[in-house]
Amino acid sequence: MKNTTLFYLLILFLWSNKLISQENSNQGIISGNIQTIGQYYQEDTLINAALPDHQYGFNGFANINYQNGDFRAGIRYESYLNTLEGYPISFNGTGIGYRYLAWEKDKLGVTIGNFYDQFGSGMVLRAYEERQLGIDNSLDGIRLKYEPIKGMYLKAMIGKQRYQFVDGLVNGTGIVRGLDGELNLNEIISDSNKNSRLKVVIGGSFVSKFNDDNKNPVFNLPKNVGASSIRFNLRYNKIRFNGEYVQKINDPYPDNQNEQFNYIYKKGEGLLFNLGYSTKGFALDFSAKHMDNMLWRSTNVNVGPTDLLIGYLPALTKQHTYNLAATLYPYATNFYGEIAYQADLLFKIPKKSILGGKYGTSVAINFATSYTPKRKFVNDMENSRNSYSTKFFSSSDSLLFQDLNIEIKRKINKKVKLNLNYFNFKFNDNAVKVANYYKMIYAQIVVLDLTYQFNRYHSIRFETQGMWTQQDKGNWAFGQIEYTFSPHWYLAILDQYNYGNNNIEKRLHYGLISGGYIDGSHRFSLQFGKQRAGVFCVGGVCRAVPASNGLTFSFTSSF
Amino acid sequence: MKKLFLTITAIALFSTLSVAQSRTLPSVDVKTLDGENINITAIENDGNPIVISFWATWCKPCKKELNNISEVYEDWQDETGVKVIAISIDNSRSMAKVSPYVNASDWDYEVYLDPNGDLKRAMNVNNVPHTFLLNGAGKIIWDHNNYSPGDENELYEELVKLTE
Repeated sequence: MKNTTLFYLLILFLWSNKLISQENSNQGIISGNIQTIGQYYQEDTLINAALPDHQYGFNGFANINYQNGDFRAGIRYESYLNTLEGYPISFNGTGIGYRYLAWEKDKLGVTIGNFYDQFGSGMVLRAYEERQLGIDNSLDGIRLKYEPIKGMYLKAMIGKQRYQFVDGLVNGTGIVRGLDGELNLNEIISDSNKNSRLKVVIGGSFVSKFNDDNKNPVFNLPKNVGASSIRFNLRYNKIRFNGEYVQKINDPYPDNQNEQFNYIYKKGEGLLFNLGYSTKGFALDFSAKHMDNMLWRSTNVNVGPTDLLIGYLPALTKQHTYNLAATLYPYATNFYGEIAYQADLLFKIPKKSILGGKYGTSVAINFATSYTPKRKFVNDMENSRNSYSTKFFSSSDSLLFQDLNIEIKRKINKKVKLNLNYFNFKFNDNAVKVANYYKMIYAQIVVLDLTYQFNRYHSIRFETQGMWTQQDKGNWAFGQIEYTFSPHWYLAILDQYNYGNNNIEKRLHYGLISGGYIDGSHRFSLQFGKQRAGVFCVGGVCRAVPASNGLTFSFTSSF
Repeated sequence: MKKLFLTITAIALFSTLSVAQSRTLPSVDVKTLDGENINITAIENDGNPIVISFWATWCKPCKKELNNISEVYEDWQDETGVKVIAISIDNSRSMAKVSPYVNASDWDYEVYLDPNGDLKRAMNVNNVPHTFLLNGAGKIIWDHNNYSPGDENELYEELVKLTE
């Protein structure tokens, strides 16, 4: 009920503002949005879709924001009645899950209540919301932002992290404190250097946490743990070069699965680089990452995989969107550590050339690979408990994931657009444990996506996908037809068929029909059919979604 | 708690009646592709309309929309003086892919990054693509959440209405 105080403040403010506004007609702006998803479940033992006792699931989110000059305030009302299947059940009930007041004056910004923020790439601190995954680790406390001179940006914050939702916000017990500074040298030096061809931004952060959840009698656990990072961002003409280094001092966690990581006092480290060249119609980009023992939470007991995370560990892979490529063997960052590389090549074959055709052809090639770091175990679990040592970018031969994918996009003529994709995955499920197969999986996928535009209102899209693999559930076929009547209507029918499953009884069809109506910022959609169990990922963080059969209604709107 | 919420809603709804017509851009910082901070309210177009489109490198319909507009962008600019701003909501995982993609696709848009989702939240964007049209005075007069081939024509008609 401590939330209440803030609310009275908010109401008081809105109300007093209302009074003032009658005098100077400075009313401010109120805006908001709503998103709701309702599901009606049916039992389907064939695809393993269970029927929960409550039969219906419902998740709803509504934001209301108020802005008046440099003052802003907002709340988010959340309802999980009952929580949708596959969504974290630690979110349930109905109430207010987020509220804040913020103002800015003379280069100083203050936020009280909940806020989202990130330092650099987020490895040292990232408070964010990924609603589709049920991740929300917003900080609840106070944040200051200050720009003492042009080009110098300072941030300081302290707060508790959102942990669960039970008829309202439930914070974890740990405390997070953070400082961040960023210098934009081009802005600082002078305006005449603003057009300099060399652009330089440097930054650094320090984050510490206090946690006292773990009362383990055997180990002397640190109650305060610090982490720090430095970063740079360079650009010279068409070349960009960014990097960040992060380290964390001893921060032992229990690990029931792997004794070599159970309460270890080794420091964690991460190094991330990105080098790229891009010009009109051509881009080459390369990223490298060394990450070891960087699990970083505001608690030191076991919690859910995405709970109370302070740092974010970006996966160096492309996020796929075609169904079979995105949901069967997607890669999620390995918390223990990984050494990963990624390269992207994008180019446009010019129009009116032999290969390019009349309108030109776009090609995107992406290669990503990830290995376990080479760990030298030192056998010190009786005393210092460092457990092992690693060297930067020294990887073992244990492959976690490899992905080669090629996308070719071509406009054939005024009415037809073609998109061809090829994917080649090597997926070590023994380490990644996403498919419950626990062995190496080799898969290839081909996608053909064709859009035919009849006229300015009507178009039809055909999508066919095939996946070939000897492992796990075997081969899949996917087909979808989507008809759109711009700007209001769409209707789609799709089927997924696991025709290559070794178990003949599991060679099932998953049919789905969906339709929707869009009117400006209002969007209604209805979906009926079977949903395959799969993995849903955003930003390298994944959640397993169980199979379901039934009716889904969703609505989003903003004003 | 419930009462409180009702009160807030009531106030909110009441105020909306009088102000919903005049939504403008919120005062929020975004980043340029070079890492510079810029307040979105500082964006101007000499009294001509501005289109703001939220997108991400992992969002197919978003890229379709911006690529399709790109094909006719020069004509739109000549006829209506419009300027298109593309706001990428890519996070630190995919942010590095924005600049290569924009260049390789040959977009002539102003592109900004919103990796922390500050502008996205302030503009009440639930999902991408979400496209806004601002008139010459900076007021949001039209928005659309979704993209289907042909939707750009509706946007174009709104643009033409503005310049008539």
